[in-house]
Amino acid sequence: MTEQLDAGAVAQQIREHDALDAPGGGSEVGRARRRKEDARLVTGRTQWTDNIQLPGMLHVAFLRSPMAHARITRVDTSAARTRRGVVGVFSGQDFAGEQGSLPCAWPVTADTVIPEHPPMAVTTVRYVGEAVACVVAVDRYAAADALEAIEIDYEPLEPVLDMTEALAEGGPKVHEAGNESFTWKFAGGDIEAAFHEAPVVIDRTYVQQRLIPSAMEPRAVVAQTDGDHFTLHSSTQIPHVLRVMLALTTGIPEHKLRVIAPDVGGGFGSKLQVTAEEVLCLLITRRLGKPVKWTESRSEGNMTVHHGRDQLQNIRVAADADGRIRGVQVKLLADMGAYLMLVTPGVPLLGAFMYNGVYKMDAYDFTCTGVFTNKMPTDAYRGAGRPEATYAIERLMDELAVEIGVDPMEIRRRNWIQHSEFPYTTICGLTYDSGNYEAATDRALALFGYDKLRAEQSDRRERHDPVQLGIGISTYTEMCGLAPSRVLGSLSYGAGGWEHADVRVLPTGKVEVVTGTSPHGQGHETAWSQIVADSLGVPFEDVAVLHGDTATSHKGMDTYGSRSLVVGGIAVVHACDKVKEKARQVAAHLMEASPDDVEFSEGRFRVRGTGTSQTIQEIALATFAAHNLPDGFEPRLDASATFDPENFSFPHGTHLCAVEVDTETGATAIRSYVAVDDVGNVINPLIVEGQVHGGIAQGIAQALFEEAVYDSDGNLLTTTMADYLVPSAADLPNFTTDRTETPATTNPLGVKGVGEAGTIASTPAVVNAIVDALRPHGVHDVRMPCTPERVWRTLRTGGGEPA
Amino acid sequence: MARISVKVDGIAYEDDVEPRLLLVHYLRDRLGKTGTPIGCDTTNCGACTVLLDGRSVKSCSVLAVQADGCDVTTIEGVSSNGEWHPVQKAFHEEHALQCGYCTPGMILASIDLLKDDPDPSEDAVRQGLEGNLCRCTGYCNIVRAVRRAAQEMRVTTP
Ligand code: FES
Ligand code: FES
Repeated sequence: MTEQLDAGAVAQQIREHDALDAPGGGSEVGRARRRKEDARLVTGRTQWTDNIQLPGMLHVAFLRSPMAHARITRVDTSAARTRRGVVGVFSGQDFAGEQGSLPCAWPVTADTVIPEHPPMAVTTVRYVGEAVACVVAVDRYAAADALEAIEIDYEPLEPVLDMTEALAEGGPKVHEAGNESFTWKFAGGDIEAAFHEAPVVIDRTYVQQRLIPSAMEPRAVVAQTDGDHFTLHSSTQIPHVLRVMLALTTGIPEHKLRVIAPDVGGGFGSKLQVTAEEVLCLLITRRLGKPVKWTESRSEGNMTVHHGRDQLQNIRVAADADGRIRGVQVKLLADMGAYLMLVTPGVPLLGAFMYNGVYKMDAYDFTCTGVFTNKMPTDAYRGAGRPEATYAIERLMDELAVEIGVDPMEIRRRNWIQHSEFPYTTICGLTYDSGNYEAATDRALALFGYDKLRAEQSDRRERHDPVQLGIGISTYTEMCGLAPSRVLGSLSYGAGGWEHADVRVLPTGKVEVVTGTSPHGQGHETAWSQIVADSLGVPFEDVAVLHGDTATSHKGMDTYGSRSLVVGGIAVVHACDKVKEKARQVAAHLMEASPDDVEFSEGRFRVRGTGTSQTIQEIALATFAAHNLPDGFEPRLDASATFDPENFSFPHGTHLCAVEVDTETGATAIRSYVAVDDVGNVINPLIVEGQVHGGIAQGIAQALFEEAVYDSDGNLLTTTMADYLVPSAADLPNFTTDRTETPATTNPLGVKGVGEAGTIASTPAVVNAIVDALRPHGVHDVRMPCTPERVWRTLRTGGGEPA
Repeated sequence: MARISVKVDGIAYEDDVEPRLLLVHYLRDRLGKTGTPIGCDTTNCGACTVLLDGRSVKSCSVLAVQADGCDVTTIEGVSSNGEWHPVQKAFHEEHALQCGYCTPGMILASIDLLKDDPDPSEDAVRQGLEGNLCRCTGYCNIVRAVRRAAQEMRVTTP
């Protein structure tokens, strides 16, 4: 099957793509529709927040702390005020009475320490980049110029930069209350019994380095007011959550605050946040009565957009002599950074239920301690907790295979949940509704040419080839579709996980869908149109999807956690069902039949057993005219639905990576990458494939390229894209992707969500491959990112215990 | 202030600009050509790519005064008579964009690449677009799109 990998001809690829576009029996769902969103994006007619220009608009620039930890002893803004074009200069003190504290919605334990988090520092700075003052001026150059005229004196305090040292007695403290935010525990089964006299025990510690999400659009905020009402445009994933939170933080009543997420250039979790700049822009516009805009520079963003990962993972497994897992124990230190932001403490918890992965076991034990350091706060980044968990268990499965002396695929087969065992309740208490690990794995192995690559590997090993071949496996699952509100409640999260949709039928039979999801690249306008077109039997082109503006979409929980389709898409389905039910009443009335005798298909209501029918467009017009409706019938077909899922969804798949590692230079090249994902039924295969591609790229980036590095004073060294290596096309290979489809049984579309799967799966596949290549050299771990230097050093020092 | 005359997407402009004004800010803030976005401040991302006298440049690394007397093409001037450029079409067909923030720059860099190499290999496309970063797509579909456009352009302009 290696031909598949070599099939490089463009024509071939185009044929493959176009084959996806063949409509299946008049149905839109499942069809590779080209996206509706593209027209404005490929022609430059986009609405990015930074594009907005309003009459009299002022520009904001922030002065940021150059110190990781210091007391502010003096602030003098007088010179800055006299600069050309400067309208106002504010320090934290100027807003101290009204700026409140940035919210944390997820106090994971009753005693979680949630420090005050002023949007602009007033007395103390706790990370490099924290806002300490701002200039408001007539243009962005004038604002930036005046920053240099602000004088601030600092009294340096000792920074806390290492989690383990942070927890030691007597060291410096980030906050008065100490450096531990919380310790959260979770267990299933009897862990002591599992480890007692276990024939095999493996103990490893992995470092999840700190990452910078790096959405291509830097954040931007535009705030305006008419003196009573406020409108905030922000490059955000969460306009609805933001509106509530800003109302609570600033005291602007919720009904007088409109939040708009216009076109948003990527998020990956980084724009799932209530930021200091959003709060401050509102306060500034309230103070000055003028519209204001702030757009961050990339260097500013690298310092101050929340970071991701940064965990120290100790994971132990106990197994029988044949490799059957008895128990897994995880002890986690999670770096919160200097403050708890919107869901900072919850991120590791989202991983807590995933360290068992696709495997069966008798016992599980998890402890996580959240630690404060003088660094940028961490929070959700693509996968949020689940990539970390998957990394640890998938790395450990390879270690177990070596220990037992079997192929790493074999060890997985021995332990995973068999297809026949679904639905399966895991040791963590989650019920995986459906899955077929065997099918996805078999397809992946065939596409990859597994046996042939293993043969080449032994050949190279025997020849002592300086370039060694390594094969990495990741058989992952994840929990997504966030989330059943009751479960979120049980985990102390501050809100629910439902989603909302309104479907409006216009007089001409065109349809408007208002969704509470907030897409920023995911293609909801296209996918939701496909769902509605099938459900209501209207043309795909006749559906418009509205989103991202709290004035048009009053209700929503927004987009993150691979939730949009599995929760928001189902809300759309339910709203369409209600529309059809209303339309059936009207149709029956008009055709003088009983509603029970009226059936609906492909956009037409038919009286059973007769030739009489009415299209949904005719019903729409008749409802609009309202001349002849059933008695008491409210003249509208519009309907709303709010859907709260009962369970998470569990996509899974098998990713295989082959790398060539040059043992003389330490350089790694990915030779082939195969991903077979099972995300249930698919609405649009083109969009799914795109999500998988992008996810894999980000996971590979963690494995090979990216790390946010602070120096010993707490300065971020990776402030630019020259230092923080977001991979380019030249750094990445082509991916071979395929799917198996095991429908979810928990929702009417049978869908599972796909936004994070690639990222979750790919990091361990790549690192497993590198370690596999180097095992003959005694290597059992390479710290991420596996740069040539790291690989080279690990080879020379042997082993691979984390530095 | 310096006086510049520059043609942008077929329209002639004359303006007084500060010598330090970046071309990308001139395009966006002065001319309202917001189709060209900004992704970084160190000329690494390529989001701001435009054609300057037909060759791709990162407009955040060019001063407006350096564009004096030049012809600038942005993403807004790539279509002709309402018909999308083959590269625009191919990006749409191959789903080579998600959030679309990198897309204007990618399209202009690709147009320039195809001028030099009308039939690029996969590797040539990957190397040729090295200066343009995309966080969403993983690049596979961008590579496909550029090669599809190349094929299209060879057929239509023999
Ligand atoms: S904005 Fe010009 S290269 Fe990034
Ligand atoms: S499509 Fe989002 S950065 Fe390229």
